[in-house]
Amino acid sequence: MPGHGHTIQVSGDKGKHVTFTVSGRVALDNLEFFISETQDRLREMIPASLTVDLAGVEYLDSAGALALIELASNARDRSVTFEFTNLTDKARGIMGLIDPQALITPPLITDRQTGNFVERIGEATRKVIDDYKRMLIFLGELLGALTHALLHPRAVRWQDVAFYMKRAGVDGLPIVGLISLLLGLILAFMSSLQLKQFGANIYVASLLAISIVKELGPIMTAILVAGRSGSAFAAEIGTMMVNEEVDALTTMGFSPVRFLAVPKVLATMIVVPLLTLYADFFGIMGGLIVGIVGLDLTAYTYLKETQSSLSLMDLITSLIKAGVFAVIIAGIGCQRGFEVRGGAEAVGSATTSAVVAAIFLIIVTDSAFALVFQYLHI
Amino acid sequence: MASSYETSETSETPVIVVDQLTARFGANTIFDRVSFKVNRGEILVILGGSGCGKSTLLKHMIGLYKPATGQVLINGVNINTDDESVLRRVRMDLGVLFQSGALFGSMTLAENVSLPIQEYTDLDYATIELIVRMKLGLVNLAGYENHLPSEISGGMQKRAGLARAMALDPTILFFDEPSAGLDPITSVELDNLIKSINAGMGTTMVIVTHELESIFSIAHRVIMLDKAARGIIAEGDPRELKDHSTDPRVLNFFNRRPPAGPAPRGT
Repeated sequence: MPGHGHTIQVSGDKGKHVTFTVSGRVALDNLEFFISETQDRLREMIPASLTVDLAGVEYLDSAGALALIELASNARDRSVTFEFTNLTDKARGIMGLIDPQALITPPLITDRQTGNFVERIGEATRKVIDDYKRMLIFLGELLGALTHALLHPRAVRWQDVAFYMKRAGVDGLPIVGLISLLLGLILAFMSSLQLKQFGANIYVASLLAISIVKELGPIMTAILVAGRSGSAFAAEIGTMMVNEEVDALTTMGFSPVRFLAVPKVLATMIVVPLLTLYADFFGIMGGLIVGIVGLDLTAYTYLKETQSSLSLMDLITSLIKAGVFAVIIAGIGCQRGFEVRGGAEAVGSATTSAVVAAIFLIIVTDSAFALVFQYLHI
Repeated sequence: MASSYETSETSETPVIVVDQLTARFGANTIFDRVSFKVNRGEILVILGGSGCGKSTLLKHMIGLYKPATGQVLINGVNINTDDESVLRRVRMDLGVLFQSGALFGSMTLAENVSLPIQEYTDLDYATIELIVRMKLGLVNLAGYENHLPSEISGGMQKRAGLARAMALDPTILFFDEPSAGLDPITSVELDNLIKSINAGMGTTMVIVTHELESIFSIAHRVIMLDKAARGIIAEGDPRELKDHSTDPRVLNFFNRRPPAGPAPRGT
């Protein structure tokens, strides 16, 4: 077969002694052609004995040598007497490196999935339970460490707290502001379309004030912080786990939770309520723009209506929620980071699960708050 | 050394030419106008104390870093070309064993080794599987194809990294500190493996290391870099250099003597 870098000349009689004279290069790039050609010739000639003459081989790599060895074992399987001739020292060297035993050694691990369907369901359930157990244990450790921080404020690494406040808070201002403003705009615009029909333009202000301050402000801020900072905490601590930095901390007598998690949780607890206030402000600004531009309201009437529809308690509960969300975000981020075992992939999945679990718990907690506040008549 | 530029297929043909290479990061020059050649089938060891730029030089030679000045030619091709198709061909001829093995943690050993073969060839699954078994057998890891990198020891990870580096039968292999972090026995085994691959396949090898035992056992030729001199201070057979060099820095290195006087800052 010209053009593939090798030629095989066949001489001898069909069914008797046959010689393949190989020349050119036998290497990885033309291997498939070499294998299929030798197989075809072998089937066609049905030799009783086969000699492969390698005098003309200019280049042979280990893949080529493997093909030759396979040819030999293939021929022997068909009870064909086989030999190589004119093997150069170089070819002999390469073929000598190949361990024929390695080619037939069965893998030490064959099937990773063990057990039947029921066993696997059990396994999965146990994993989920274990996961919650570890989360609870971590929560306990974290609360212990936070209490310690409260009693010994000098032991807290305030420099780190300031650093993470900048990371999670200050650096997040543009995106939180933008998203809240747009959310306020959209919400006011969509509701104005309906309320206009009844001439109830002014109630856009109350609708927006209540929905932003009580629900959307805290939730949107928490989701954004979970995406920006919860994931970063998980990735940071996870990479430290992979690099054995956490082990180093432990052996130096530091508690990893106190050293790594507490500053992050404290920083998040401080900035998330502030970010929520900021988001509330921008959300209401968005509504104000729609009110002035689209509904012919004055800024004074809009803000007056906003003020009268909100009580101080609404703002306080909103900030309490934000504080709880902050603990969830930072806590889950750190916990997922500490769970990392192995390498790069584990860091990736820890980051993902930090964000997913945080958002899930934020929504669940928010529902719980809604119920509790309802019964407490707040 | 004009004869080594001849293109005939002798053992003196340079496959790698490093020409006036300068590495600079910001204002910090690591080494300045370094030139040397690597001949076909040769094991060249780059050595020197910590921080002298050994690994930086290696990363320039495999095209990961762009030189400040000068060039690196591999089989006559400038490794810093922007032509992707040319680079692809050159890269097929290179294998690199990184310091930690750099195996992909989410893939089994077989998947790690077969990745470049699947990418660069059209071979069928059964043939690739056979090649993977052969490569793993070559580094004494027969039977470990379904293990994940995290399930085997550091020495085995290095050998698996070598199997992956050799997946495409490159004619040039680069090693970044192959014996770092290995126990003496494993280290000697790896040295023997390197020697047998070099002898069997005639692979050209460039090895960065500072393990003296390895150097004496495997190197055909060494070049020694020095941090203060920012370049090559010695070149030749390591055994010759150990006994007959006139440079005290070279003698100190080979005879494991710290230089007299206080240690210079920043080393």
